[in-house]
Amino acid sequence: MKSWKKLASAALAAMVFASVVSGCGGDKKEAASGDTIKVGASFELTGNVANYGKAILSGFKMAVDEVNAKGGINGKKITVVESDNKSEPSEAGNAVTKLVTQDKVVAVVGPATSGCVAASAPITAGNKIPHIAPSATAPGITVDNDGKVKPFMFRACFIDPFQGQVMAEFANKTLQVKNVAILFDSSNDYSKGLADVFQKTLESKGGTIVAKEAFLSKDLDFKAALTKIKASNPDAIYVPGYYEEVSKIIKQAREIGLTVPMMGSDGWESPKLAEIAGKEALQNCYYVSAFSAQDQDPSVQNFIKAYKEKYQKDPDIFAMQGYNAGLILADAMKRAGTTDGTALAKAIAETKDLPVASGKITFDANHNPIMGALILSLENGVPTFKEKITL
Amino acid sequence: MNPIRKFDLTAIAGCALLFAVLQGLMFGGLIGPFWELNIILICINIILSVSLNLINGYTGQFSIGHAGFMAVGAYTSAIITVKLGLPYELALIVGTVAAGILGFLIGLPTLRLNGDYLAIATLGLGEIIRICILNIDYVGGASGLMGIPRLTTFAYVFWIMIFVIFFIKNFKNSAPGRCCLAIRENEIAADTMGINTTKYKVMAFTLGASFAGTAGALFSHYFFLAHPASFTFMRSFDILTMVVLGGLGSMTGAITGAVLLTFISAYLSDYPEWRMIIYSITLIVLMLRRPQGLFGSVELSREMFRLGGKKDGRAAEGK
Repeated sequence: MKSWKKLASAALAAMVFASVVSGCGGDKKEAASGDTIKVGASFELTGNVANYGKAILSGFKMAVDEVNAKGGINGKKITVVESDNKSEPSEAGNAVTKLVTQDKVVAVVGPATSGCVAASAPITAGNKIPHIAPSATAPGITVDNDGKVKPFMFRACFIDPFQGQVMAEFANKTLQVKNVAILFDSSNDYSKGLADVFQKTLESKGGTIVAKEAFLSKDLDFKAALTKIKASNPDAIYVPGYYEEVSKIIKQAREIGLTVPMMGSDGWESPKLAEIAGKEALQNCYYVSAFSAQDQDPSVQNFIKAYKEKYQKDPDIFAMQGYNAGLILADAMKRAGTTDGTALAKAIAETKDLPVASGKITFDANHNPIMGALILSLENGVPTFKEKITL
Repeated sequence: MNPIRKFDLTAIAGCALLFAVLQGLMFGGLIGPFWELNIILICINIILSVSLNLINGYTGQFSIGHAGFMAVGAYTSAIITVKLGLPYELALIVGTVAAGILGFLIGLPTLRLNGDYLAIATLGLGEIIRICILNIDYVGGASGLMGIPRLTTFAYVFWIMIFVIFFIKNFKNSAPGRCCLAIRENEIAADTMGINTTKYKVMAFTLGASFAGTAGALFSHYFFLAHPASFTFMRSFDILTMVVLGGLGSMTGAITGAVLLTFISAYLSDYPEWRMIIYSITLIVLMLRRPQGLFGSVELSREMFRLGGKKDGRAAEGK
């Protein structure tokens, strides 16, 4: 009985301690002190997408360090308050609530995945705190169900329809093709959406879609559709989709003698593409990407060099998106001249031609960035930088 | 008035007092939104751990698919409010019933298994539920069901939690509850005594699953979305950890486990790099010091606090 008493009193003491801590929790940390500005970073630091979260956070911290080294924001230094969400949406809501209400940050950056962003966006919006999602691509992140833009929510990566516009631009200007065939995955919104945007943009530039054929995910044989496309005699073929099907499509297209250029989306990005399709078949194939180490633009090369110096490894696209988010935020803070959430959100929305790692960035009316996208070609199966397209 | 009823009434009065104090502190701003969120999370976790304790602790069946039932409750309730625009109260009921029905259907075949085999089967079923949801476009597939309004308030969560605790406490003290305890102690003996073991195992499993559904409904309507990543087997393990840490077969243990683990996780969020390490070390140390869980299978009761107190019949029954 003795040990039980001890245990029970220990449990009771723990509960008392808990209530004391929770009671004081609200005013433990007061608003940002005089010469620093607190910014929250909520990322997937543990759990199954921790590699994304960590890469973005490394880029974001690098941007903050650079801004601080250059004198900070109007004389004030930025401090980053990190928070882990275990790659789980409700934990993301929990983490952002802590950043906003306990740590009193003036802005939140993160998380990496759309699900975690969706769970934390209502909290920042409710507290009128600007929120930048560096890599969330779901369309519903910056606009609500009625299509109205969310005033405090931004993203620092391009969304899917943008890729379709970029590819149409490339087909028109660089390849100078007029008659294009489309082969898309009708079981997949990503592919369907891209096909529609591409068609609309190309037709507005005077091009013609000579054939539009569909396939289904997990299909293995595409020869019927490809033969139909061949009969329409196109100058190029647009195949938005994922590498699984695309690699087989390219291989079979070359087999039946379709040698015209093939164009695609970032779903192509995988070493498997060259493995399945073969190096020869991939000649004359192009796809859209957001980041390439071969991009000779000085801003990209400077970023890569600085990142390597700081972390002793090559940056990936996530690190770049985190870095861009940091620059966007710092620039808006400078222009706003205040840390008031509403004014800061307005300043972010007004971001125009801001130089970031991937070129220049401007926000559109829906808080999606308009920025340069890269066209990569597959030389001998290796993704090679072809050109940068800015709309 | 018999002593059990008297005890229940004082307990409910105590709960009302606790509710008034917490709600008052929240209104007064002494408990900020972060701790309010975590208190609500504690309540949801208590519902989950107490309902899992009914299956694992009282009936002695080893189920680790609780997150699956939670997901069913979360998604069906969200469909009711978001897609159909019906009231939240109905959503809570539908979420509970849907998870209960699924628990019944799943329980019938799988409860023929026992021990490790049942554990593997329930683990698999939890994953099947999650993968199915992941592939249903109507509920958002892999990107989750977004745009759920925050309808769960502290009052809802607290009183539903109290209801679940009392329901399971009374169930345990009822005739079917005693049958469940008998099955845990020795299934063959229980069978020989004429207890329909399958019936009571399925009954406990269905009840546990439906309360997990309730918790899921409360959960999705507090965190603005229902997402497959919230209902992985890691969630099932979290709930199981709370139950085992508190002591399998002890309801007060399950409650303490839920409070303690949620609190540790929230308190350590200031140290993101160390959080999971400290959390794990806490578990290892606790298990080394008390392998039977904090409370073993004993209930925390007033008798424990009474110096040299005599045990009456009710205090001993948990043993």
